[in-house]
Amino acid sequence: MTTTIYVPRDSAARSVGADEVADRIEMAAQEAGQDVRVIRNGSRGMLWLEPLVEVVTERGRIGYGPVTPGDVTSLVEAGLFDGADNDLALGVVDQIEWLRDQQRVTFARVGVIDPLSLDDYEAHGGGVGLRRALSMSREDVVTEVTDSGLRGRGGAGFPAGIKWRTVLNAGGPDDVKYVCCNADEGDSGTFADRMLMEGDPFTLIEGMLITAYAVNATKGYIYVRSEYPDAVATLNSAIEILYAHGWLGESVLGSGQAFELSVRVGAGAYICGEETSMLDSLEGKRGQVRAKPPIPALKGLFGKPTVVNNVLTLGSVPAVMADSAAAYAAYGFDRSLGTQVFQLAGNIARGGIVERAFGITLGELVIGYGGGTRSGRPIRAIQVGGPLGAYLPVDQLNLPMGYESFADAGAMIGHGGVVVFDDSVDMAQQARFAMEFCAEESCGKCTPCRVGSTRGVEVIDKIIAGTDRADNFVLLEDLCEVMTDGSLCAMGGLTPMPVRSAVKYFAEDFNRPVDDGSTEVHP
Amino acid sequence: MSGVPTLSGEVEISVRSIAAARSGEEGPLLLVLHDVQREFGYVDPQWLPLVADELNLSRAEVHGVVSFYHDFRDKPPGTVTVRVCRAEACQSVGAHALAEHAQSRLGIGFGETTDNGSATLEQVFCFGNCAFGPTVEVGGMLYGRVDNERFDALVEGATS
Repeated sequence: MTTTIYVPRDSAARSVGADEVADRIEMAAQEAGQDVRVIRNGSRGMLWLEPLVEVVTERGRIGYGPVTPGDVTSLVEAGLFDGADNDLALGVVDQIEWLRDQQRVTFARVGVIDPLSLDDYEAHGGGVGLRRALSMSREDVVTEVTDSGLRGRGGAGFPAGIKWRTVLNAGGPDDVKYVCCNADEGDSGTFADRMLMEGDPFTLIEGMLITAYAVNATKGYIYVRSEYPDAVATLNSAIEILYAHGWLGESVLGSGQAFELSVRVGAGAYICGEETSMLDSLEGKRGQVRAKPPIPALKGLFGKPTVVNNVLTLGSVPAVMADSAAAYAAYGFDRSLGTQVFQLAGNIARGGIVERAFGITLGELVIGYGGGTRSGRPIRAIQVGGPLGAYLPVDQLNLPMGYESFADAGAMIGHGGVVVFDDSVDMAQQARFAMEFCAEESCGKCTPCRVGSTRGVEVIDKIIAGTDRADNFVLLEDLCEVMTDGSLCAMGGLTPMPVRSAVKYFAEDFNRPVDDGSTEVHP
Repeated sequence: MSGVPTLSGEVEISVRSIAAARSGEEGPLLLVLHDVQREFGYVDPQWLPLVADELNLSRAEVHGVVSFYHDFRDKPPGTVTVRVCRAEACQSVGAHALAEHAQSRLGIGFGETTDNGSATLEQVFCFGNCAFGPTVEVGGMLYGRVDNERFDALVEGATS
């Protein structure tokens, strides 16, 4: 009898030895004369247990982890192929508390299936949403998505259905329309897009197909950052498979809806995660931000009506269509409906993917799931929402995760990335880095961002050096106001958020005594 | 474009054919630049007029695009490219110190290549490996939880 063993192909798992673990398991099986089939799945998202090896048994999929290449021989001797108990055994993976209590909707199949097996995909509910959508009118699909409350998961939180309706009604009968997936997930602390693309690419593409049908778009691109070569390769393979099976091409699943899809790779510009900059980059230009209006829904790629949605937004659409708007909207609270794929990162003991309904608190994520810092030192700051998100102190741990709840606290939920810092962090340096990063990555089109960020670094340097601190704090606040209000896009507009939050919550780091004997303090 | 002095005919034909192969795509310039860099390891400024000619763009447009994106190099890289993540999640677990170490170990700054051509050092802002920082990529392979000793071993293994 063949024993099936799963070893993740996710690049995070590979970064800690999953390839070698898989190789050694196959070698050990050969030596033992065991008939073993190794499937390279996506990651379950319990990254601290990677490489996580799963063995299919009558009891379910038994997990072992973290498994180093050096562990394989002893694991096999201790009965790995039979799912035997030992020091690294975790029991049935679905029953591990960390995973069991999650609400996996968008990530339902990630880590469970072989990412490039269409049979496996369909056996786990893939395709149901698309087939249902194709049986409905375009308007009804748009309405369903609107009713689900699904908002842009890339950070801006714009209702997906409203954007789609604009595109559906835009343009003339002969206008080409586009669906563009923004997979330029450049925010540090975020990796859910990557894990979905590597672990369940068909879900993303199915989401794009539903979108294409809903707005009558016939062409699409997935714009993936070049830092994600494994995701690019997996998507290209997935697209090839879907063309061969009639999901992509002249008539999607025989519906008469045409949809041509290809992957475009970015070139290391953070700003291309901004939607208009991404569109210019897709057109083969410098990735410079466009002034809005016109909005991309009306004049997007090559001036045509275009849906631009992030990976997680599009990746949630199949579940919305398969299980209904009401089922999706039953998750969450207030105007933050559905689930969010939170990413626990940085100095954290149990990092990984936590998909839960909006409303879970920051503390439940960081302490409950995350287990505090990896270093064992006290948590000092938590940056939520990427490099443009606020640094929050531990007294904000009771904040519920939601678009409005975070905005009200002067923060943003962004793409759901949560980066933990221990008490060794210097928050003045983190604020400086925010400005430095903006200076490095600004597209240069508008002055507040291009010049403001460089001036910001200089002002923070003066504050750190103890030069006219009181005056420079006023200047920094002025500068932040100009950048927030005067920048064309979120890059310059939100860079002040980490800076201001660092000053607000961690003022002592900016007011350290300096060697010149200055004792001025910030009022 | 035959007036470019040090350009070999072979390279010119190759660059032109790479560009021509993509000319049917929508907005092909980035595709072409990636293809050229994949073929040669870098994008020589001398080749830009050829690309411009094939794609019916101005040289200024092509120069503007090449110089906008961090990924495109104008010189051949070392045998092995070492890329160190310097973004926040990696910073929270020691990326600053590792970045310092990487520069002193290789004796070069970011964006530079060692004199013997064995290694190029680059900085990256996020590989999406944020629960396993500090993250380093050596020769196209990603490594998580890299400390100074591991960095030395990885570089040693790749350059020797």
